[in-house]
Amino acid sequence: MAAVAEPLAPVVDRPSRRSTGALRVVEREARIYQRLWKSSVFTYFVGPAMYLAAMGLGLGGLIEENGAFTGDVSYLQFVAPGLLAATIMQTASADSLWPIMGGLKWMRSFHAMAATPMTPGQIIAGHLTWGAIRVTLSATIFLVVAAVLGAIASPWAVLAIGAAILTGLAFAAPISAFSATQETDSRFPLVMRFIVLPLFLFSGTFFPLSDLPEWLQTLAWISPLWHGVELCRAATTGQVVSWAAMVGHVAVLVAYAAVGLWCGARAFRTRLAA
Amino acid sequence: MISARGLTKVFDGYEAVAGIDVEVQPGEFFGFLGPNGAGKSSTMRMIACVSPATGGDLRVLGLDPVGDGPEIRSRLGVVPQEDNLDTELSVWDNLIIYGRYFGIPRKVLKERAASLLEFVQLTDRAAGKVDPLSGGMKRRLTIARALMNDPELILLDEPTTGLDPQARHLVWQRLFQLKTQGVTIVLTTHYMDEAEQLCDRLVIMDEGRIVAEGSPRSLIERYAPREVVELRFPDEHDRAAALETIERHGGRIEALAERILIYTDDGDAHVDRLAADGVRTDRVLVRRSSLEDVFLILTGRTLDD
Repeated sequence: MAAVAEPLAPVVDRPSRRSTGALRVVEREARIYQRLWKSSVFTYFVGPAMYLAAMGLGLGGLIEENGAFTGDVSYLQFVAPGLLAATIMQTASADSLWPIMGGLKWMRSFHAMAATPMTPGQIIAGHLTWGAIRVTLSATIFLVVAAVLGAIASPWAVLAIGAAILTGLAFAAPISAFSATQETDSRFPLVMRFIVLPLFLFSGTFFPLSDLPEWLQTLAWISPLWHGVELCRAATTGQVVSWAAMVGHVAVLVAYAAVGLWCGARAFRTRLAA
Repeated sequence: MISARGLTKVFDGYEAVAGIDVEVQPGEFFGFLGPNGAGKSSTMRMIACVSPATGGDLRVLGLDPVGDGPEIRSRLGVVPQEDNLDTELSVWDNLIIYGRYFGIPRKVLKERAASLLEFVQLTDRAAGKVDPLSGGMKRRLTIARALMNDPELILLDEPTTGLDPQARHLVWQRLFQLKTQGVTIVLTTHYMDEAEQLCDRLVIMDEGRIVAEGSPRSLIERYAPREVVELRFPDEHDRAAALETIERHGGRIEALAERILIYTDDGDAHVDRLAADGVRTDRVLVRRSSLEDVFLILTGRTLDD
């Protein structure tokens, strides 16, 4: 039946299929991004350029002069993949805190979606898919900047994009699940300060894990960032010590992402029905 | 279109909907009338297949919300109580992107968006943002958005709450126009004039239960005497003195905080009798009974309580 004065063309609409529902969320995000992409891409360039210059060239120069860093690669080449994974972690984490609260509570855009054929699981999957697309973009730009600065030692570095996506999802999924259980954003700064920041510093980002006391090294195993850093570093330096370890890193990151998605879908279902 | 039997919704041990039976026929304009907290919105959210029922039997468009939620939702148009327009998108994109959530092709959506913006008189705001729109415009845009999937059933939760009278009338006009086109519409409201003007049939809800059901006219005829005398008093002393006399004269009396209502079949005659008996008041109003009176008579409370 026509809903307005002029009859509308009859169209058979099928509810969106399970597999495509998440892509509708991506469409929305992409539409919004069309307005923002210039400033966002600019940040993607400037951020890594500054970090690499300061840490790699500045700090790296000092360390190498003193002979404190010995390896097959320069300090810049060592630290670049660490910075890549760490930057991805920070953006993925922040994007899984306030924007989730915005969609569920402040702007309620997830509630609007829930009134359509989309399911809560599709909505969070769509949010994570969009996050993965942005990680792809920012990781690619990072690698280009790093290559120009001489921070990349191997053509296998392209695989670091995949590692970056895994790292991003390993943070985005569980943190999104957490955010969906919160009534206010009061705990969000704590997540950034007491989870993200310590991981940033102690996950083999700036110095090899072997420089840390043994108990901290063991602790690093639970840090998704450490697994991400190891994968990125293997790719950009082209050096793989143990393939078994590589498989292990991938498995841990996939596990974080999968458990996070499962919990997130549950939390979204509860929240959007309340 | 909707069939509910013994429908209940329990939140943390609190029974928001306490076993209601509802049938809505195709083409009907159906209303849930009741004060805030009566269970109207909870009922709507169960019908909209976003909140599962705690108990009872519910069918929407002949389907079961438990297993067929996405299928049912694809054929519904929902106007929620709280605005959830996408503030990050333009007015136009709000319609297009929402339509995409249903998987409808862009070409179709563009045609629909254009004619729906016309329908809700927002064509000149198409390129603009959502935030600067007035409350009435936002509500109209939400209605247009709910029509993007050409729904068989439209659910509106308190569609004119918070709107000024002019904006309300514009919304009512549009809803009435939809009704004449044969769309089935269900709304909740705590405005009796809204229910009276728009609904073919309605149920009055209070504390999670249905207390009465029928057309606005039949409800008034069944539960309320023809006329109401409203008396207001300048001070508490006059009021107390008058109340005694009023009670002596009989009729159904509701003594509210700011006025006294007397239900009677001939208001003017009743006023004359009271005046002759010495009741002095600065303001007297005789009017016909309305749905609000039906609610008051059935529950002992006003809709605003």
